[in-house]
Amino acid sequence: MSGNNNEQGGRLTINFKLNEKDYTLKIDPDERLLDLIRNRLGLIGAKEGCGMGECGACTVIMNGQAVNSCIIPAARADGAEILTVEGLSGGMENDLHPLQKMFLEKGAVQCGYCTPGMLLSAKAFLDQNRGREISREQIKEGISGNLCRCTGYQKIIEAIYCYAREAERIEERKG
Amino acid sequence: MTWENYFMPSTTGEVLALLEQHQGQARLVAGGTDLMVQHRWDPLEVKSLIDIGRVPALKEIREDNGRIYVGAAVTHSQLVDSALIQGKGRVLAEAARTVGSPQVRNVGTVGGNVVNAQPAADTAIALVALNALVHVLSPGKEREIPVAETFLGPGKSSIDPAKDLVTAFSFSAPDSREKTCFVRFARREALALPIVNLGLWLQLEEDGDALKDIRIAVGPMAVVPYRARKTEESLKGAVLNEDVLKKAGHSISEEVTPRDSFRGSSAFKKRLIGVALKRGIENALDLKGADWHER
Repeated sequence: MSGNNNEQGGRLTINFKLNEKDYTLKIDPDERLLDLIRNRLGLIGAKEGCGMGECGACTVIMNGQAVNSCIIPAARADGAEILTVEGLSGGMENDLHPLQKMFLEKGAVQCGYCTPGMLLSAKAFLDQNRGREISREQIKEGISGNLCRCTGYQKIIEAIYCYAREAERIEERKG
Repeated sequence: MTWENYFMPSTTGEVLALLEQHQGQARLVAGGTDLMVQHRWDPLEVKSLIDIGRVPALKEIREDNGRIYVGAAVTHSQLVDSALIQGKGRVLAEAARTVGSPQVRNVGTVGGNVVNAQPAADTAIALVALNALVHVLSPGKEREIPVAETFLGPGKSSIDPAKDLVTAFSFSAPDSREKTCFVRFARREALALPIVNLGLWLQLEEDGDALKDIRIAVGPMAVVPYRARKTEESLKGAVLNEDVLKKAGHSISEEVTPRDSFRGSSAFKKRLIGVALKRGIENALDLKGADWHER
């Protein structure tokens, strides 16, 4: 029975991989994944916007899927692989993932609060659709769980679209 | 501090043992997309949570002996992506696709959607249209009940998450004369509650286009998901044409008694549900409005 290792006082020990690093942590049974990431690991890219699973500012990728970390019990991280915006560039410190570079190039970052969530929703969506041609309409659906209150959606959609087209061309050249 | 224990069992046997051991002091959680939000504003009075998301048997979608089984912990995303559900449970796939956002669909489950018992829960409406059964295990007891009978009131289900484990939902696999579809109107296409929604199942006669049988489930038209039985009766045996559809739209508008709410006024919802029914029948039969003139 995994994760069923409650000690006295109810703390649980969980093992997980986050941004390619292995962690073993003791957590409270009522802790949220967002608090684990921000408060225990000090990774503050994921934001708490609404705290009720609507705005997507807290989005992280868990086992390949975008999730709202503000409504995920931290206990569920046990055995999981998690990616936050800090790990997007694949461990290259001070470097950015090409999708991030495209966000900058296309002016898709305004206040920046929604950006980490937007990037991760886009990443999960693009990974799930690898090898397929992607339309702007599909991108809109892919990021429909992320609100941008600067309302810079056009630039964000454009950045994701251009990145996808570029990635497609690179794949074609390889193939 | 809220709950003191968080369990993640990996078999239904372990789930039942935990329920029995905690004697009502523990409750089940599946995706938690509703529970974690509710808890924030109105803390749950429960000592332990039992997460059923790691029980492989509860995450299966399968066909067995002419019935489709959907595990309680199957997520909305799984339903949307399942070829089996797309092919044999169209109304359910379409309903699941309209829920929340990708993040919510990746986590929220069909079991949670039904046990949470909201009168316009999209997958619940679809399952009522499919005349689905819910399979429930409790310590020392096993039962099957029509999904429609589990709804007792807004947020009230006859399934008690401190006692009962929903293992699966099941419905009979449709033959080629049976069609389904889902219609929903909301303010926007993501992260919006439905103003009205409608799940439809219909069966055509073996020979010809007459309607042999029909089930229409709608929300939020009553305190629980509502079956528009009067309108269903009026449609049985009818040969579908534009005029029949128009009358059916009027009939369902008359039949339902929605409340004025933040979703929209009663009058608006009555009007809208008529449109939803017409559109639903057209979609289920893959007809465009123009085709009627040739039939």
